[in-house]
Amino acid sequence: MILPWLILVPVLGAGLAWLGGRVGGHPPRWIALAALTTDFGLTLWAAHPAPATTGAWLASFDRPWVSPLGIRLHLAMDGLSLLLILLTLGLGILSVIASWSEITERVGAFHVHLLLTLAGIVGVFLALDLLLFFFFWELMLIPMSVLIAVWGHERRTYAAIKFFLFTQASGLLMFVAIVTLASIHYRQTGSLSFDYGALAQTRPSPQTAFWLMLGFFIAFAVKLPAFPFHPWLPDAHTEAPTAGSVILAGLLLKTGAYGLLRFVLPLFPVQSRAFAPAAMALGVVGILYGAILAFAQRDVKRLVAYTSVSHLGFVLLGIYSMNAVALQGAVMQMLAHGLSTGGLFILVGALQERLHTRDMDAMGGLWSQVPRLSAIGLFFAIASLGLPGLGDFVGEFLVLLGAWRASPGFAIAAALGLVLSVVYALALVQRVFHGERRGTADIPDFSPRHMAIMAVMMAVLVWFGISPQPVFDTAAPGLAGIQRTAAPGGS
Amino acid sequence: MSGGDLVAILPFLVLGAAILAVTLVAAFAPRSKGASPVALAGTALALASLWPAASVAPRQVTPLLVIDGYALFFLGLILAAAIAVLLLSHGYIGRQGLPKGEFPLLVVLATFGAMAVVASDHFASFFLGLETLSIPLLGLIAYPRLRARPVEAGVKYLMLSGMSSAFLLFGMALVYARFGTLSFARLPLDSGLPATVVGLAGLALLFTGLGFKLSLVPFHMWAPDVYEGAPAPVGAFVAVVSKAAVVAVLLRLLLFSHAHSAPTILRMIEVVAIASMLAGNLLALLQGNLKRLLAYSSIAQLGYVLVPVLAGGAAAIEAVEYYLASYAVMTIGAFGVIAALADTVLGDRDEIEAYRGLLWRRPWLGGCLALMLLSLAGLPLTMGFFAKFYALKAGAGAGWWPAVGALVAGSAIGLFYYLRVIVALLGAVPVPAPEPLPTPPWPATAALAVLAAALVGLGLYPAPLIALIRTATTHTLGG
Repeated sequence: MILPWLILVPVLGAGLAWLGGRVGGHPPRWIALAALTTDFGLTLWAAHPAPATTGAWLASFDRPWVSPLGIRLHLAMDGLSLLLILLTLGLGILSVIASWSEITERVGAFHVHLLLTLAGIVGVFLALDLLLFFFFWELMLIPMSVLIAVWGHERRTYAAIKFFLFTQASGLLMFVAIVTLASIHYRQTGSLSFDYGALAQTRPSPQTAFWLMLGFFIAFAVKLPAFPFHPWLPDAHTEAPTAGSVILAGLLLKTGAYGLLRFVLPLFPVQSRAFAPAAMALGVVGILYGAILAFAQRDVKRLVAYTSVSHLGFVLLGIYSMNAVALQGAVMQMLAHGLSTGGLFILVGALQERLHTRDMDAMGGLWSQVPRLSAIGLFFAIASLGLPGLGDFVGEFLVLLGAWRASPGFAIAAALGLVLSVVYALALVQRVFHGERRGTADIPDFSPRHMAIMAVMMAVLVWFGISPQPVFDTAAPGLAGIQRTAAPGGS
Repeated sequence: MSGGDLVAILPFLVLGAAILAVTLVAAFAPRSKGASPVALAGTALALASLWPAASVAPRQVTPLLVIDGYALFFLGLILAAAIAVLLLSHGYIGRQGLPKGEFPLLVVLATFGAMAVVASDHFASFFLGLETLSIPLLGLIAYPRLRARPVEAGVKYLMLSGMSSAFLLFGMALVYARFGTLSFARLPLDSGLPATVVGLAGLALLFTGLGFKLSLVPFHMWAPDVYEGAPAPVGAFVAVVSKAAVVAVLLRLLLFSHAHSAPTILRMIEVVAIASMLAGNLLALLQGNLKRLLAYSSIAQLGYVLVPVLAGGAAAIEAVEYYLASYAVMTIGAFGVIAALADTVLGDRDEIEAYRGLLWRRPWLGGCLALMLLSLAGLPLTMGFFAKFYALKAGAGAGWWPAVGALVAGSAIGLFYYLRVIVALLGAVPVPAPEPLPTPPWPATAALAVLAAALVGLGLYPAPLIALIRTATTHTLGG
């Protein structure tokens, strides 16, 4: 019963924030904070009575929705969803705090859209009816695009439209695939259903199944983003307001990876295995290409955006390696990337708020002036390059280990990405924080508010790096199920 | 004609009486505001009389009309759409300084024609209904008769409507020459008979005529000009009532004559549908005028409706009915916002730029327009989502892959121009501030509120509408 509330609480919070926005700027901020904190607590509570439920699912909720069409409100949470929802709400709380002073216009509307985006993302991580999943999938895009289009930077309209078109158009392919799969299921069984469990039993002809798999894959690959589908990402991430960038990089990209794990591998195991080399190749190309482009950027926010292409390449590689180690690595990489890149975006947002530029050529020598901000910047940069002892390292290392078992060639090529990530991360630190000071303006260091959120993110990254076992234990049952269907008999 | 027959055609009798009443008011009290309320009351009564009519359905009334669940559903849709248009035009006409009496009269007359079209299962009643629908529309389109563009649009509509009627008539004549019947149910399209020059030519002319009425590509040229020139409520009426009626009769013709086992005829429709989806959406990209954009979007939407029409069977009836219901809500809603914001001097605000920042200036009206556009784009939370779902399901279920592909490609292109308008709605209010927007009259506000509520309510929980459609479908003759 608690799962719908996980989605409803942010929605109700959005309603209240809208009303609060009529009073002034502060009520919506506090309302958003309260709604997300409540939701975070509810999620932990929902996950608590684990042993009583069956299988990998910690909690579930199943009611008819549009019964004539066989569409159900089927929500369920396993360890994988739990981790991602906690990440969603955690980053949501942090981005509300990070936008506290950045957003000064239409504060109420901003928080309405922020909360609705988060509600959509939570829905994506919970839905087990494919049509319901698609419903949330589309739903999170609209408020996200509005966040970019209204509160973004200079080229916000262009970036918002590009983001929306890429994700929406690819979503249509998935929609066709879902409807076709359900039609085949209807022809085979005589009952119309979009339920995950029921559709997993459908056996379309191998050729049809391949096309259907591709429909899903493209939708998720655009969101991830995998190599040829990434052009929306640098624009959207760069032009979005800080909170938008954090949510895009930290969460929306993860919905793509989640979709691959939850739907593509279990629904089309045979076709996924056949497709795995191609997907792993895309992952490796993404790792290297993203890293090289990141190094070539002048715009610091764009640099961080391209590192996402590189990091999510590891996730794609891990998912299609299809063994337990690589899948665990992919999940850890998703969580750690959410935190480290989220941290970098908050940092860059703070820099832009202070310097009114994102051009690295206009920065430099900031360490002496804002030591706290710079030290934290160094921390997130080396987290991003995968320093042992931090979460990103664990993720990337496990992915490489798993990929080696699946295909040594891809693992070797992907390992080169680690070298490149050192180059771009250290270049970022060098160009922004070291060297000669270019501007003369007096800029303030991080406020206690920023220090607090950064400290939380750093602590979690260190925790993931030193003692990742709790994360593995949480994700393991869900991943084991996925792996069993996708690669039976594999290690 | 028995008592049961009279009950079955009660909606027609009620609306016929309403037409007389409105005529009397318009003739004897031309300056009074009475015509519009009388028309509204008559239409609402006709809508209410669908319940007694449903109790005797399905029933063939004379060889000309059939009152079955299918007809009743579309009668309800058309009457509800007419009520919405009357509400939207209630304040609109007076503010534009136009005569108040004749407008509602023409609306009810055209509605009566559309009702005859959807209840017809015979070419004679179909054609009579279609002309009763088209001739008042001409008056409605050119109603602001002192302005150039409405008159131009009216003339254009007159020419093309007349031409399409000629095509239809000639097609009917050839069909009669070949088959010796004018009744839909006795047309053996599934037999080998149509495969003669006369039969095929007759059917081709017939579909050409229908294609004009539905503004399908390549017969779409008139639609953008007429939508642009016509007053906004009339644009809604043309887009919804006349098109829904023609789609309804097209599907009935195909179902009654078993055309779904005759691939030649379906191929013809498939080509037109694909062309409409692609060309309609591509041309809409180029528009800077909101009404023209809606015209091209409606060309594409009609292409989408044809996908379930191609599929055939009970699933098609359900999909087409749901699609047209949602199309009616979102199209009337979009035109309704334009009508509500019309200026007393300048007429309708046409340019997309005039709507820049509307969401911040008029949150409710801007939100309403944004919702309608999101629904036209087929996004969730709105009826348009399930409409598109139905169209895809029917198309994919029956294996019409090229049409499904065009639907997906068309929707993807469509996103772009709907989004352009929404981005304008979200944009910053221009500086210096443009002239103040008028306050819409309360009937228009009420109509828009109901439409928006239906759009979201049935978008979140479509089960009641689906149940209604299914009950209607089970009482359908022939299909």
